Amino acid sequence: MIIHNDKKAAKNGAEARLNYEKTKKAVGYVPRKKATQKDYDRIGFMSGLEVHQQLKTSEKLFCHCPAGIYQKPDDFDAEVIRHMRPTLSELGEYDGTALMEFKTRKKIVYHLKNETACTYEVDDTPPFHINQEALKIAMEISLLTKLNIVGEVHITRKQYLDGSIPTGFQRTAIVGVEGEIPLKNKKVRIIQLSLEEDSCREVSDIGHTRVYRTDRLGMPLIETVTYPDMTNPDEVKEACDYIRFLNRSTGHVRTGMGAGREDVNVSCKGGTRIEIKGVAHTKWIPELTHNECYRQWALLQIKNILNKKISDKSSWKISSKKLNFYDFKFDYEPLINAKNNRYKIYAVNMPKFKGILSHFTQPGKTFTNEITDRLKVIACLEKPNMTSSEELQPVVDEKDFNKIRQMLNADSDDAQLIFWGPEEDIETALETIEERCLMAFDGVPEETRKYLDDGTTIFERVLPGADRMYPDTDTAPIPVDEAYIENIKKNLPTEIIDRYKQLKKWKVPEDTFTYIFKKNLFLTIKKIVQDLKIDPRFVCTFFGHTFKFVETHYITTNEFSVDRIYDMFKYLLDNNIDLAISKRMISVVYQHPKMDFDSVLISMKFKKILKEDIISEIPYLKKKFAEIRISQKDNVENKWIMGQLNRMATGNMPLKDLYKIVNNSLK
Amino acid sequence: MSNDIFQGYKGKALEILKKYNVRVWGQAEINTTRGVFKGTVLPRSENDDDKHIVMKIITGYNIGIDVDTIIDLKETGYKKANYQIPEKEFPYSKDKPNVKLFGTGGTIASRLDYRTGAVIPAFSPGELYGAVPELADICNLNTEKLFAVFSENMGPKQYIALAKAIGKEIENGIDGIIIGHGTDTLHHTAAALTYMVQNPPVPIVLVGSQRSSDRPSSDAALNLMHSAYAAAHGDIAEVMVCMFGPTSDEYGFLHRGTRVRKMHSSYRSTFRTIGDIPLATVTRNEVKPLKPDYNHRRRDKKVTIKPFFDDRVSIVYYYPNMKPDIIDSLVDNGYKGIIIAGTGLGHVNKPLYPAIERAVKKGVSIFMTVQTLWGYVRMFVYDTGRDLMAKGIVPLENMLPEAAYIKLGWALGQTDDPEKLKKIMLTPINDEITKREPYNGYLIYQGGVPEVEEFIKKVHK
Repeated sequence: MIIHNDKKAAKNGAEARLNYEKTKKAVGYVPRKKATQKDYDRIGFMSGLEVHQQLKTSEKLFCHCPAGIYQKPDDFDAEVIRHMRPTLSELGEYDGTALMEFKTRKKIVYHLKNETACTYEVDDTPPFHINQEALKIAMEISLLTKLNIVGEVHITRKQYLDGSIPTGFQRTAIVGVEGEIPLKNKKVRIIQLSLEEDSCREVSDIGHTRVYRTDRLGMPLIETVTYPDMTNPDEVKEACDYIRFLNRSTGHVRTGMGAGREDVNVSCKGGTRIEIKGVAHTKWIPELTHNECYRQWALLQIKNILNKKISDKSSWKISSKKLNFYDFKFDYEPLINAKNNRYKIYAVNMPKFKGILSHFTQPGKTFTNEITDRLKVIACLEKPNMTSSEELQPVVDEKDFNKIRQMLNADSDDAQLIFWGPEEDIETALETIEERCLMAFDGVPEETRKYLDDGTTIFERVLPGADRMYPDTDTAPIPVDEAYIENIKKNLPTEIIDRYKQLKKWKVPEDTFTYIFKKNLFLTIKKIVQDLKIDPRFVCTFFGHTFKFVETHYITTNEFSVDRIYDMFKYLLDNNIDLAISKRMISVVYQHPKMDFDSVLISMKFKKILKEDIISEIPYLKKKFAEIRISQKDNVENKWIMGQLNRMATGNMPLKDLYKIVNNSLK
Repeated sequence: MSNDIFQGYKGKALEILKKYNVRVWGQAEINTTRGVFKGTVLPRSENDDDKHIVMKIITGYNIGIDVDTIIDLKETGYKKANYQIPEKEFPYSKDKPNVKLFGTGGTIASRLDYRTGAVIPAFSPGELYGAVPELADICNLNTEKLFAVFSENMGPKQYIALAKAIGKEIENGIDGIIIGHGTDTLHHTAAALTYMVQNPPVPIVLVGSQRSSDRPSSDAALNLMHSAYAAAHGDIAEVMVCMFGPTSDEYGFLHRGTRVRKMHSSYRSTFRTIGDIPLATVTRNEVKPLKPDYNHRRRDKKVTIKPFFDDRVSIVYYYPNMKPDIIDSLVDNGYKGIIIAGTGLGHVNKPLYPAIERAVKKGVSIFMTVQTLWGYVRMFVYDTGRDLMAKGIVPLENMLPEAAYIKLGWALGQTDDPEKLKKIMLTPINDEITKREPYNGYLIYQGGVPEVEEFIKKVHK
């Protein structure tokens, strides 16, 4: 009877979920919002950045195709197919990733559009001379980042066997090394800045075929690499924001989605460098780095458990058996589909792995995910590609697993999984499973990982090392002489960095920065803040939000200049009118720059009303609301009253104050 | 010895390295006016300037240091790189055909050369197996390095050595021959071997690569597999060129050695059969003939080797306003044969006539081909053509200029007699002259036309 209960428990996953919670607790996982520096110090949070930024040039880096023109996924004129083979690095070694990518035997299809790709993109023409405009921008940003500028720029080939570049390597070159950027509380050291060509955009990756678009391929890009100096997730974001902003301050880089992307490197104490690839938005960084650090911490716990349980790693092996679908009562749809597709179904026994498969790794994820992700990438098995005896939500009946345990002569301390796929991929899949399990004995395997919306990550590739570098034999080194550097130094926008720091100090919202710098508004803002003593946050958001909207939605005449805004604020202060009305005035001022401010207010039907008179309206409005009320929600009444009073009050008293008064009157 | 220690450095840069006693492959710390740089000192390419020192920094990138900015330099360690393709013994299996691979140089298998900064050939069965293990599934491979020259340095001496080596292998009962070769003059060698190695019992496949094998997307591995399959299992026993069909990694073409030509300076699919269709397509497990008539594989070991060449031959590529002294100078310098690549149907201008007459009188044989590459020489159509024939120029039908040039050298190696030469030139050995040009022998599509665009979108170019 007891046995039966156990089985039932296992079947609905309670045991696995219990183990997940238990191990999560043992890892000491805390949600990011609750984590403190102490938590990060305990697990040894360490992070560095590789910030990619596209440069604003008209042409690509090594050919004369236009840069910045994009196609829709299915819009192409021709296709080219390539396969990538690993080759030796300059130092005579094969790279780990290279060998893995070769194992996956991917067919890479490139979609070409005549407008954006020439024969260079598909590696049928050697590179043209490097884009001088791009080199100059990279040099400019290197100087702003206080880097040591190289004497000669050498184009290097960096191998990428995932096919994202048709040559199989990225042409890239170091412009400067060893610099630094200032954060609030510390300096972050910069390893290097390189100028490189951007890669293709992926269209799809199914089974053994991966499809890319070549529109973005070859666009100039810089990569700023920091030392792993950041010790908590917020610092990582801060450093990234700084670098991105510094890049943008030159006005020579592209903006918009995908123009800036960062690879975030994370490790924990005893862990290893994991690269989270292509994070498009800095606001996602904290959650991702937090979870990754804990994932590594969890993998180290798994390592300890395994090494305690199993003394001899070298003799540890999986065993497997092909399953006959009809011998079992599989009703899990992917398994039925597998049978219909004539896939082979295999069961694998992992000795002494009980409790490991359901071990916590990331929120909602377990060690099982580590295996299924690798099966997809390395063995090309589309997900779902497996299930295990320790699923949090089981899909295969425990009776079937018992049968499998018998077939595999499994021990009660073993764990089992079932996977399925085309016959030709089975061998690689079995190797992949065993390989990942063996890696667990050593802790954290070196990987690049893809991020998901929920803040977790999945396996993408084995982390490539320095072994994938090779000098580019198609290009000659480019000397960088003193005169060239001096010339760029002369026109360096250094003041922008200081201005940026000032805005940061004022605690101005960052979404206003770009507009303020693009329109060169900083000096006007500074004058308003200094002369008129207006809160800088108010002034900056006035420009960065209100004025930005007005400027793009209304038409003005030649007479308008931003000095008029200074005058407007001065007028309001002189006449003792609350500044909030400026947000309404500006559209009129902008359209009629010569109109005097009195007339502006008249045209807006603004009347000077005493504060007391406004407040005296409240009782009447309360009565009125009681008559017309529909919703029973809490703050509907004050909102409605504020709405009624807004026009009357704006300019005559701070709305914040009025809101307080209305609230009090409702109590 | 000092050359090895300071490999490639000269002038100022060499002086600095010597002064501070820092070697190539030494790990160094360089203090400069632009800051401190740390890394491994690399050899410098001989053609680069003497103002920079090359370093590999810790992240694997290379950079150059301006010697004028150097304040101090210190060697802190030493680690020489060992660039070697993993050498594994090529496995032998009884049931697989034996194939011989002759190496001549070129990019089929290559590695980095610090002297020039470019790639140099690397080659041995072990290396090849290390790089392309799939070859062992196709055949038993034996290799022999005949010479290590770039394609542009291949000449008569090499053609003859190759022809003799092939003859010996055939006598020894080989099942197929591959010749690794640089691509620039691959078609010249293919033509030469067609004339020199006649009626072979086994396939003789010339192969190269347009992207060196040090690149992940190189066409070398696939070309090697294709040529190995064609040599080991194919039924076509001729001298052929095996290179990419489309630029995609899909299939290769087998081109007849006399009708093939490199048509693009950098494309993978650069080799095309001109004025005819290719012999066959080839994949790593199939040869699919496109032409029904070819020389079939035989079990005997018979072959006729005719290793002759006289290099007193030249090609003259005619252009408007060519002066007669071009022809005169060839004659005066002792040339015995001239191939003219004429305009249109095979023409040159009138001012050249006296020079041509003089040449023919001096016993120099002149033959006409067309620089349009496609189509026949037809000298009867216009007066100019008739005049030229009257002056002794012999039209070579649709023979390609390069195939004609090689053939004339080969013919001159056998006889000086103009009549005999003419006979050799006009008697095709393997389709260097064809009786007819098939309708699909000339297909150069032009982009932009809707039906062509549709084709390109559907079929891999």
